[in-house]
Amino acid sequence: MSNSVVEVSHLAKSFNGVPAVQDASFSVAHGETVALLGANGAGKTTTISMLLGLVLPSAGHIRILGHDMVRHRYRVLHRINFSSPYVDLPRRLTVEQNLLFFGRLYGVGAPRARLAELAHDLDLKDLLKKPGGQLSAGQKTRVSLAKALINKPELLLLDEPTASLDPDTADWMRGYLKAYRARSGCAILLASHNMAEVERLADQVLMMRQGRIVDRGAPSELIERYDRNNMEEVFLDIARGAERPRGPVPEAQSLREVAAR
Amino acid sequence: MSDNTANIAAPATPGAVSRALSRIAAMVLRHVYLMRTSWPRIFELMYWPTIQMILWGFITRFLLTNSSYIAQAAGLLISAVLLWDVLFRGQLGFSLSFLEEVWSRNLGNLSVSPLRPSEFLLSLMAMSLLRTLIGVLPAAGLAIVFYKANLFDLGLPLIGFFAILLIFGWAIGMMVCALILRVGQGAESVAWLAIFLIAPVSAIYYPVSVLPEWLQIVAWTLPSAPVFEGMRAILIDGTIRFDLLAHGFGLVLVYLAIGAGLFLYAFHVARRRGLLLQVGE
Repeated sequence: MSNSVVEVSHLAKSFNGVPAVQDASFSVAHGETVALLGANGAGKTTTISMLLGLVLPSAGHIRILGHDMVRHRYRVLHRINFSSPYVDLPRRLTVEQNLLFFGRLYGVGAPRARLAELAHDLDLKDLLKKPGGQLSAGQKTRVSLAKALINKPELLLLDEPTASLDPDTADWMRGYLKAYRARSGCAILLASHNMAEVERLADQVLMMRQGRIVDRGAPSELIERYDRNNMEEVFLDIARGAERPRGPVPEAQSLREVAAR
Repeated sequence: MSDNTANIAAPATPGAVSRALSRIAAMVLRHVYLMRTSWPRIFELMYWPTIQMILWGFITRFLLTNSSYIAQAAGLLISAVLLWDVLFRGQLGFSLSFLEEVWSRNLGNLSVSPLRPSEFLLSLMAMSLLRTLIGVLPAAGLAIVFYKANLFDLGLPLIGFFAILLIFGWAIGMMVCALILRVGQGAESVAWLAIFLIAPVSAIYYPVSVLPEWLQIVAWTLPSAPVFEGMRAILIDGTIRFDLLAHGFGLVLVYLAIGAGLFLYAFHVARRRGLLLQVGE
């Protein structure tokens, strides 16, 4: 039995004949954090959107928690969740109303108890009666994360989780995510532009350029392979089209199994 | 073992149907929260039906002494305007509940939640029913107080008329929402305009026979015309036209199927084209 939460093989998506994602294969194991890294338009958000079922793939397969996401997404959606700065929560509803609504939508058995847990963990107690539209960017991010954790997801998909946050709030967010993953064992797939975030959170990095995964590995491996000092320099090398230093792009063994099915 | 194994996401009640009902109830709760935070929204729901009813009440008073047609049944115009509001509010209630999700950029969250498109539709229908009742019931009560015109004098057929018009409103609402999903928020004005396209041929205030012959054919393809003809048959002739009720129900089921089909197709296309995150931007 596979240990993977996410298994993606030969995934592709074109919009009006223009490829956005091409032949992407990767996996995410239980308790693992994988980062999708790439410049704007590299295909990160499209990949995450396909994993969530927001966008239908043109080709390839996605299995999440053992289920085909194109055909059986509703068997899985209550076990995963996501957060993105590009999707808002209803602004006129208070934080409490928003979280209760999403709790009920995800079938959480005791939504008020879960709300109290999250309010304590994410320091939301003073915000519960505030309308979503009156929150600062940092507060919104915490509330959005609370929504993403409301159902204790086994897979958390995060699109640029610290975009537009000040360094202090961003640092707190990374610390919280790291602690949460250790505590809960959930898998995290995140798309980010922030190299410090990736170095701190990710076990594996998938480097994307023009819709393709052009390299992959642990942050330390990539830094060593490109003979650079940090992920920022690796990112610039790849974004500017540098060739991969040596050897083929490694693939996870589980992916070969997926492709062979 | 992780705390995920506790699987708190398991539904509170067993069975797929109760899980679906629970999600639909969550959606209704979300809109009730919204209405509770904004009294102008509730006021607006009641405002237009009441103003319309008052206006047509005075017109009726005038025509009672000047028109032999209206003199046959004093409640004719007021009943017509209240029933028309069921259709109007039904459509608007459906479309606006959908647009609330678009305006708050919440479609993305809903689309990746366990809420199925069919459940989303059912929740919009429930909200439409709620909004329609909030709008029409006070106006119907005031019509009795002000003009002694009682919509409920239509008797049991009123339930049929109400159902046909409300379902027709949902069907048009689904078509409007499909258009918004397809072309974006720029089409939201259609939510306000769509219903008026069918008003002249729905024979709300006059019989279908007044229309030119070719428009009569169009009128009989709409579920609204048999309702208003049926209403006049009761108020003027004192007869219940079951044939008109059957005509209306048959047609409205066809419109509902077309509306639901278009909405689900537009939703599918939006997924294929990656539009679900962009609607509302």
